Amino acid sequence: MRREEGKEYLYITLHTELPYQYSAGRYMSRFLTTLRDEAKILASRCTQCGTVLVPPRVVCGNCFAEMKDFVEVGPRGTLKTFSVINFPFIDPFTGVQRPVPYGYAIVQLDGCDNWLPHFLDEIDVQKLRIGLRVEAVFKPREEREGAMTDILHFRVIGDRSRESSPEGEVS
Amino acid sequence: MPKSVAIIGSGQTNHTSRRADVNIPELIKEAVDRALADADLTIDDIDAVVIGNMEHFEGINLSDMWASEGSGAVMKPAMKIATGGTTGASVAACAYYHCASGLFDRVLAIGWEKLSESDTTTGIITAFDPIVERLTLAGAVGGLAIEANLYMTSYGITQEQVAKAAVMARKNAQRNPHAHLKLDLTVEQVLHSPMIAYPIHYLDMCPTSDGACAVIFASEDVARKSAHPPAWVKAAVCRHNHPYIGDVDWRKNTLESAAIEAYRLAGITNPRRELDVIELYDPASFALLSWIESLHICGPGEGGKMIDAGAITMEGDIPVNPSGGVISTNPIGATALIRVAEAALQIQGKADARQVEGVRTALATGFGGSYWSEVFILGRTP
Amino acid sequence: MSQRVAIVGIAQTTFQSAKRAQNYAELVHEVVSELFTKTGATHDDVDNIVSASSDFWDGRTISNMAIQDVVGAYMKSESKVSSDGTLAVLYGMMRILSGQYKTTLVVAHSKGSEGTPNLIANAAFDPIYQRQLGIDGLSASALQARRYMEKYGVSEEEVALVSVKNLANARKNPYAQVAGEFTVDDVMQSGYLAEPIKKLEASPISDGACALLLAREDLVDRFTDKPVWLKGVGHCQDCYYLGDRDLAESEALAVAAQRAYAMAGIRDPGKEIDVAEVYDAFSYQELMWTEILGLCPRGEGVELIRSGVSTIDGTLPVNPSGGVLAAHAVIVAGLVRVAEAALQLRGEAGQHQISGVKTALAHGSFGYCGQMHCVWILSNEK
Ligand SMILES: [Zn+2]
Repeated sequence: MRREEGKEYLYITLHTELPYQYSAGRYMSRFLTTLRDEAKILASRCTQCGTVLVPPRVVCGNCFAEMKDFVEVGPRGTLKTFSVINFPFIDPFTGVQRPVPYGYAIVQLDGCDNWLPHFLDEIDVQKLRIGLRVEAVFKPREEREGAMTDILHFRVIGDRSRESSPEGEVS
Repeated sequence: MPKSVAIIGSGQTNHTSRRADVNIPELIKEAVDRALADADLTIDDIDAVVIGNMEHFEGINLSDMWASEGSGAVMKPAMKIATGGTTGASVAACAYYHCASGLFDRVLAIGWEKLSESDTTTGIITAFDPIVERLTLAGAVGGLAIEANLYMTSYGITQEQVAKAAVMARKNAQRNPHAHLKLDLTVEQVLHSPMIAYPIHYLDMCPTSDGACAVIFASEDVARKSAHPPAWVKAAVCRHNHPYIGDVDWRKNTLESAAIEAYRLAGITNPRRELDVIELYDPASFALLSWIESLHICGPGEGGKMIDAGAITMEGDIPVNPSGGVISTNPIGATALIRVAEAALQIQGKADARQVEGVRTALATGFGGSYWSEVFILGRTP
Repeated sequence: MSQRVAIVGIAQTTFQSAKRAQNYAELVHEVVSELFTKTGATHDDVDNIVSASSDFWDGRTISNMAIQDVVGAYMKSESKVSSDGTLAVLYGMMRILSGQYKTTLVVAHSKGSEGTPNLIANAAFDPIYQRQLGIDGLSASALQARRYMEKYGVSEEEVALVSVKNLANARKNPYAQVAGEFTVDDVMQSGYLAEPIKKLEASPISDGACALLLAREDLVDRFTDKPVWLKGVGHCQDCYYLGDRDLAESEALAVAAQRAYAMAGIRDPGKEIDVAEVYDAFSYQELMWTEILGLCPRGEGVELIRSGVSTIDGTLPVNPSGGVLAAHAVIVAGLVRVAEAALQLRGEAGQHQISGVKTALAHGSFGYCGQMHCVWILSNEK
């Protein structure tokens, strides 16, 4: 066998699966069971500053107070920004390529102070605009399992309630 | 008052898409050897090592342990810092505090990544909450696309203006022997490259690179005796954010907050005039426009005008990324440390073909996590 | 050191095999809120945060992202040490000594229950030479145990004494996960996991968190009347490959200890140290580490136990908390050693309190077979 130094470089290929079981915890478990059982979206409200955040969590990062109240938010909201994802990549949950293209929505649910990322059923950017009104589309009851996928996606329901120009929203 | 600390040397690999000829410790050693040579030191002169990368990008747990021989950490104090995209800057900050504390005199900061060895987008997706965010996130591209859309829509920034920034960065990279993408592009080429995630084109986005960077920090006494002109650390500031993407308040960003504090520490009142060069962590080309606004180089929404006027090019009054920046070179764990190293080279007058003339004050940034920022200001005097 | 730094507050969770009811943020919130309640500190009192956690154990790139809000990192400086918790204390102290910060919140978290421990441990072995052998922390340590026992003539029954002592001590520690009155025979009969290591000689894998508040000397009184002073520290990293080290020895630990002792002015550690918390991930490690720390001559670790010196009512109790054998949340366990040493110095160790403690040693380790060691000397006297 002829080996020329510096010409042949090998790779060791690993196909290790590394499973995890992520605890949802106290707040997120309530969020997910409510999503599953009632098709409702829960947020937590800060008793100190009144901020409403989705998903619900233990601490309000703005004022460091423990969040204790749950409130229902959505299912309608406003599209605050979006993208349409076209490039292929491996989904860490499935280990295979995530289907593209898909709409990526950042939605401010009605009654919420922060935003929630989810799928958007529209992939034509010409039909999309920051400020559009959108609505969560839930899976049928029998298919819901207590996961974010219980919301299929958000769908555009028009822009009649468009509050202000996009510029006004961010400046 | 923090004690004075300076950078006395740095070294980088020649970053590229795949370094098949070296394994991880060998890649790291290449940058370490270059940094030691740059500072006229040997590994025996080093008191401590700080190293960083992101473990899931290569699938190596305890990567600092395997790196031991390449990093020069054997029988030395060493620790690993890992904070996502900001890792390189967090490593630099940790090395800075090693010296500023008075406990160590010469500290080697190392950032590295060998992104060819696994799927980077997959690794980045796992940085986000497994229950709510991973389902829909498309890695750094997706996260940056929503910010780019919001920024461009809010201020009427055009895709042409953003593409101009991409062309400028790759042009600068042609002067940097370490840069990964040294592309000679036109605006049309950028605009006609595939729209990978609206409004980001393929040629707007950073690559994934194999590479390492090493920077040597020194205490005041040691730096004053250094054979080469030191680059003094005037400010090292970090700002973190809420954990979820949807929590980020785009009006109150960490980069602006960090910059304001850094300017205060460095005594800078007019950054546009007082800074001579910026090494910005620009993961996508829009950031070259938007994030200089956060740094108060221009007013909100004026990033587009800055590129149109040529103000941030090599010939402009405030060159941004003479190195070519992140959209030309991106070994993630090294990326933010490269910004610090490049800023130091500019201060030291060692930046060769990419040298900006007469640099007295330079700023470097790091970006990562859930929109976290780090800002370093370096100067010719302590 | 020009300024002194003290631990002014301590909190830990109970350690359990699975804390299913809490996610990472909720787990860390538990210790941070307890720490704030105990010290009376508010969000505004903490000017920076150093955390320690592992991307591999958490199954998350940038493992500290989950905890940003619960540690109060919004618009503050937070950094993550991706190594043992003892190094997070050191980084926290450096930041204060630099003069830039006054108080550091140091926090570590881990949930061994969420991942797949042997795969995560295996991923720390390099993929080219070792990983395919299926080696993990347990099997590597078995090699080290055998080598130590052979070289110093220590029998399996003698090593078992460590588990008997520590698991009995753990009965007095409400935070412990594993505890019990066992005989040498019980340990011997508990079944080989990897010969010569038996089930009762291997630490469990735990879920839990620990937090400390560090403060600059002039601010200590605001938080406590029982400060614990950080008097000395040393850390050192060894070669990577197991075959490159004599596994019966640890020069890295010897160097780390010498540094810590020199800084703290300790000349005769066996006499001057009143209590030690060492990183006994496996029973044999307590013997090795106590010997190399100079608490007794080499090969006589077991004599410390047999003569009653290192038992809970001895003159130099080792691991009165039960040590890592009683609870092992990866990365957290080193911080817990510091926390337990500090509790002893404050007289707050409850049923496992040692009387008259003035000087305590805390030891952390990282990497397999003790590749990295960090040694702390703490005191309740300035
Ligand atoms: Zn609040």
